[in-house]
Amino acid sequence: MNASTLKSFAASILLALWSSLRDLLPIVLVVAVFQLFVFQQPLQNLGQLLIGLSLVVIGLALFVSGLQMGLFTLGEGMAHDFARKGSVLWLLLFAFALGFGTTFAEPALIAIADKAASLKFSGMELNTGAEEKRFSIALRSTVALSVGVALAVGVVRILKGWPIQYFIIGGYICVMLVTPFAPGSIIGIAYDAGGVTTSTITVPLTAALGVGLASSIQGRNPLIDGFGLIALASLSPILFVLAFGILWP
Amino acid sequence: MTLLQMLGQSLVSTLRDVIPLSLIIAFFQLVILRRPLVNAPRLAWGAVFVVVGLSLFLMGLELALFPLGEEMAAQLFKLQEDKQDAIAAPIVNTGHANSDLIPAGVWGYYWTYVFAFAIGVSTTIAEPALIAVALKAEEVSGGTIRGVGLRLAVALGVGIGVSLGTFRIVLGWPLPYFILIGYMVVTVQTYFAPKQIVPLAYDSGGVTTSTVTVPLVAALGLGLATLVPGRDPIVDGFGLIAFASLFPMITVMGYAQLAELKLRRRDQKNSQ
Repeated sequence: MNASTLKSFAASILLALWSSLRDLLPIVLVVAVFQLFVFQQPLQNLGQLLIGLSLVVIGLALFVSGLQMGLFTLGEGMAHDFARKGSVLWLLLFAFALGFGTTFAEPALIAIADKAASLKFSGMELNTGAEEKRFSIALRSTVALSVGVALAVGVVRILKGWPIQYFIIGGYICVMLVTPFAPGSIIGIAYDAGGVTTSTITVPLTAALGVGLASSIQGRNPLIDGFGLIALASLSPILFVLAFGILWP
Repeated sequence: MTLLQMLGQSLVSTLRDVIPLSLIIAFFQLVILRRPLVNAPRLAWGAVFVVVGLSLFLMGLELALFPLGEEMAAQLFKLQEDKQDAIAAPIVNTGHANSDLIPAGVWGYYWTYVFAFAIGVSTTIAEPALIAVALKAEEVSGGTIRGVGLRLAVALGVGIGVSLGTFRIVLGWPLPYFILIGYMVVTVQTYFAPKQIVPLAYDSGGVTTSTVTVPLVAALGLGLATLVPGRDPIVDGFGLIAFASLFPMITVMGYAQLAELKLRRRDQKNSQ
């Protein structure tokens, strides 16, 4: 690196630090106002708090810089390459693999599935440790499958230019219709499963993929057709897990 | 545990998250697309930044924000408990035929609603996944959608959602009613909102339920359901997250509708 690129690099890091400091400011304000005026109590462990908050600021700055350097370019680049290759089948397989692979390994999902398995559900008693394990893996596979399917369907939607609202509104109507038939204990897990699938690394990549695809196909608008993958990926797990709850022996 | 040990743990868990993703990308890029990565060193540095940044971020959350959230929630519930003798009785009595639709005692929890709103708004502003989507939206729209505006609209939605969600817990009404009405509003808005904002609004619903907001908000809901007499933490504690992902759709579309209205007014003025 020569002096001028080093200088611009330093400048961009400083800028990133400044903007993540601004992003954290509302939290600091809320904490300060509530402690001073409402609770009127001092905070414990102020030192640890300050270290933690500085780590949050530095981490956020690095993450956002990294996004712009790598993840966005990667997602859009792959979308363009797939569009140029012209094979819809491979593109769909890629979308499915992306959804399935990242979700199955998602730590938040593993935690929820294990917890769900350790609770004894009415009508689905899990007596042995082996049964619990089987339930947990089955639940994780269901959610991962649902996200894979959602991304593949979302890619077809982008290719065809179908409006997203048919999918989302139709999907939520299905959720409302299916909910009464699902065992009560699975409903909370189902609704929560939608939230855990959209992890911080998958979201930027998925957004870049959608926007990249929409911008490399003629007649598609990156804003109207490119977004919507994340919405699909957080809706479909609810439906799939409800169905899982109904079908699980 | 030392800071270094924590950092190591945080890095390992982020890497575990990233490895399957990297394998899938590498397979499709090298075996199926058979194209070398453009500007590979820059991409590699970007990936390192993302992993290290996220690890530091998560570590900071563990060290500062989550314990802080717990401490503040405990102080909040202590504050409410001190007043509870005065406000608990009317809430328990909702079963009577002649009781009011919304019992007066519900308003005694006003600090909880204010706190829920403040937590919802402020944590959403710091949500990394939302920052990413807002960056992308600003870039794609050529600046007509402002990243900061979008994030503020989403944050407002989460704030309203979480606040209303705590109100529901105190009131004890069933969750599906609220969700059903919420989706009806979303459906109606979809027909009237500018077309290019709709997919983005739907996406912001999914994005908000992420790293920072979920643990803090979930803890608030469970704590509140334990505090309010007659509420069951398992049945009533959940559902705050559902509110937090529903309302951003409404506020983001609302924000776009307002912006369009303002633009139309200005055009009318100019043409006169």
